[in-house]
Amino acid sequence: MKAAPLNKKFWTPGVLVMLCFMIAGAIAILGRFTGGIGYVTNLSNARPWGLWVGVDVATGVALAAGGFTTAALAHIFGRHHYESVTRPALLTAALGYTFVVLGLLVDIGRSWAIWKPMFNWNFNSVLFEVAMCVMIYLNVLYIEFLPIVAEQFKDRVNLPGMLSSLNSLVNWILKTGDAILNKTMWIFIILGVVLSCMHQSSLGSLMLVAPTKLHPLWYTPLLPLMFLASAIAVGYPMVIFETTIATSSFKLDPEMDILTPLTRFTIYLLGFYLLIKTGDMIYRKTWVYLLDGTYQTNSFLVEMICGIALPWVMLLFNRVRQSRTGIFIAACLIIGGVVLNRVNVFIVGYKPPISEGTYFPAVGEMLVTFGLIATLMFIYRIAVTFLPVLPGSREVNV
Amino acid sequence: MLLSRRNFFKILGAAGASTALPAGSAQAWSSKAPDDPYGCLVDLTRCVGCRKCEEECARVNELPAPERPNCQCTIFEKNRRPDDDAFTVVNRYFTGRIDNFNKPVPTYAKVQCMHCQDPACVSACIVGALTKDETGAVRYNKDKCIGCRYCMVACPFEIPAYEYDDPITPKVMKCTFCYDRISKDGGLPGCAGICPTEAITFGKRSTLLKVGKKRVKENPGIYLDHIYGEKEVGGTSWMYLSSVPFKKVKLPGLPETPSPKLSETIHHSLFSYLWSPIALFGVLAAFMSRTKKEADNPDNKGGV
Ligand code: SF4
Ligand code: SF4
Ligand code: SF4
Repeated sequence: MKAAPLNKKFWTPGVLVMLCFMIAGAIAILGRFTGGIGYVTNLSNARPWGLWVGVDVATGVALAAGGFTTAALAHIFGRHHYESVTRPALLTAALGYTFVVLGLLVDIGRSWAIWKPMFNWNFNSVLFEVAMCVMIYLNVLYIEFLPIVAEQFKDRVNLPGMLSSLNSLVNWILKTGDAILNKTMWIFIILGVVLSCMHQSSLGSLMLVAPTKLHPLWYTPLLPLMFLASAIAVGYPMVIFETTIATSSFKLDPEMDILTPLTRFTIYLLGFYLLIKTGDMIYRKTWVYLLDGTYQTNSFLVEMICGIALPWVMLLFNRVRQSRTGIFIAACLIIGGVVLNRVNVFIVGYKPPISEGTYFPAVGEMLVTFGLIATLMFIYRIAVTFLPVLPGSREVNV
Repeated sequence: MLLSRRNFFKILGAAGASTALPAGSAQAWSSKAPDDPYGCLVDLTRCVGCRKCEEECARVNELPAPERPNCQCTIFEKNRRPDDDAFTVVNRYFTGRIDNFNKPVPTYAKVQCMHCQDPACVSACIVGALTKDETGAVRYNKDKCIGCRYCMVACPFEIPAYEYDDPITPKVMKCTFCYDRISKDGGLPGCAGICPTEAITFGKRSTLLKVGKKRVKENPGIYLDHIYGEKEVGGTSWMYLSSVPFKKVKLPGLPETPSPKLSETIHHSLFSYLWSPIALFGVLAAFMSRTKKEADNPDNKGGV
């Protein structure tokens, strides 16, 4: 079950659809950098954060949690059985964080100034800590990914045309890097987990500075813990989601022998998340809002019931855990629940103290978001086609 | 990938030492407000809605002239907010008060940055582009700003505005408290200096509080016994006196706790001296080294 490059056709109808979204997104980004943020978004002074922060950044970070949760499981807690899913999860995380940064570049007003937090520190700012962690973690992810590139190209570097004179140099860099990393990788693995815990929780602390502006159903001092717990809980469902999609679209072995035991961890992790969310609601007596019928409350109910409770109950059944469709649906619900949670905290539950009126993302905002997601999927496809990421030897139906 | 025993104990030692730290360093949150800042007291019973402050504010801050500067009627039909072209605006409210002829009496209220004592925007700003000055002014430095707009998310008064139509160098826009003027001896903020009815009094915040309380006491039945901004979000440099409930003139009801208190307390207790990340690193390294020893299979190369 060693990971290997896929030997498959690259241009499929699906890839062409992705390409269309990428082009549409690129046009919207062009609009953003010529007409300003206001030209393509519905953001306002009352609503400074919208789809881009809620989805591209906050959700992107949460859904990339498969990277550190699988690394912890296989490499730190020594469950080597799961090693075959660490590579695709690592790839998703590396790509996910790359696109979080790209999304940020579009969203922040002065994109060219993105380096400034490195030299202007505000230790009171939660966002400062998030930014530092994300920046370092992105580099850690690239470093963790390097051995995979090295494995494929070591001693086979063959750059085209004029660049070929650099072949031996690039090869030397790959080999030395790989050799050094072989000894030091444990540092980066642990560092990756630590950094993830830090900024996953701090993303939740972001809204704590605005106690009067976030709906009480979500505003709680436990927000950082909840963000961390949900990120950890969504890690394995993300792996299930990706693996199922990848193995079915590339017609590989469905790997149920790995996915089914993974769900057993999810029962505990999701159960813990459900417990603190319910406990917090009871302790702070915010259940009084539950039946008031506002769209915030309804959104909260959907998040709690369809996104947490339902998949948790589903996974308790052995029949569901053994079924490929069953765990896929449960994983989708859990992922949907975490996405909705981030959207709720940053968009739905946010109420400006004075201005009225709601926010709904503009077409331009959605095009950018979809375009970024399509590009991510496109690169994922390139990577699994040409690099040893997915377990290849047990292919069926070649 | 193997962790040597010696290294492992070193790490664990560091982790242990660092877990002891927060106990010693867990001082309670303390306010960073300046001792004796300036402030302004806005007396809504005196304001007549002439909008001279809007005009003067635009002039001294080199902003475009306000919309229809001489209009004191139809301009009020729409409630306005400060934006990237105006640091302050005056709104008219009918709060249900009527005069002797049964005609509704308007209340006019100027809005601008409150220059909070412990400002949420300053605590939030990722790069420290916003700072609370000794004068009381909350100042913005565009050369540090990256445009994340977290300050706008944080502000409980919905004040900072953004130049959404500038693609490359947009700025956060808000009342400067006329820093360049008030930091000089005898300098007055533009709006306070021009106001024909002396509805805006500039002075030391402590003095203004005394003035306000005296005014309330000497005019029984006129004012509410509440100086808005004395205690709201831990106190603000700009404060208001009114005869109508503040909520009715869109000054939001706010807790007395400074907005940044909870977030800073949690954040610092988690991360001061990076104790928790270091401890976590140590614990994970311990686990890793143990599982490595158990698994008789150290060759784990590239399997990341
Ligand atoms: S009113 Fe808002 S912008 Fe002004 S100092 Fe307070 S938090 Fe900052
Ligand atoms: S927009 Fe600028 S001033 Fe506001 S928090 Fe971000 S960096 Fe600071
Ligand atoms: S203090 Fe200065 S900047 Fe602020 S509203 Fe008055 S004139 Fe405008």
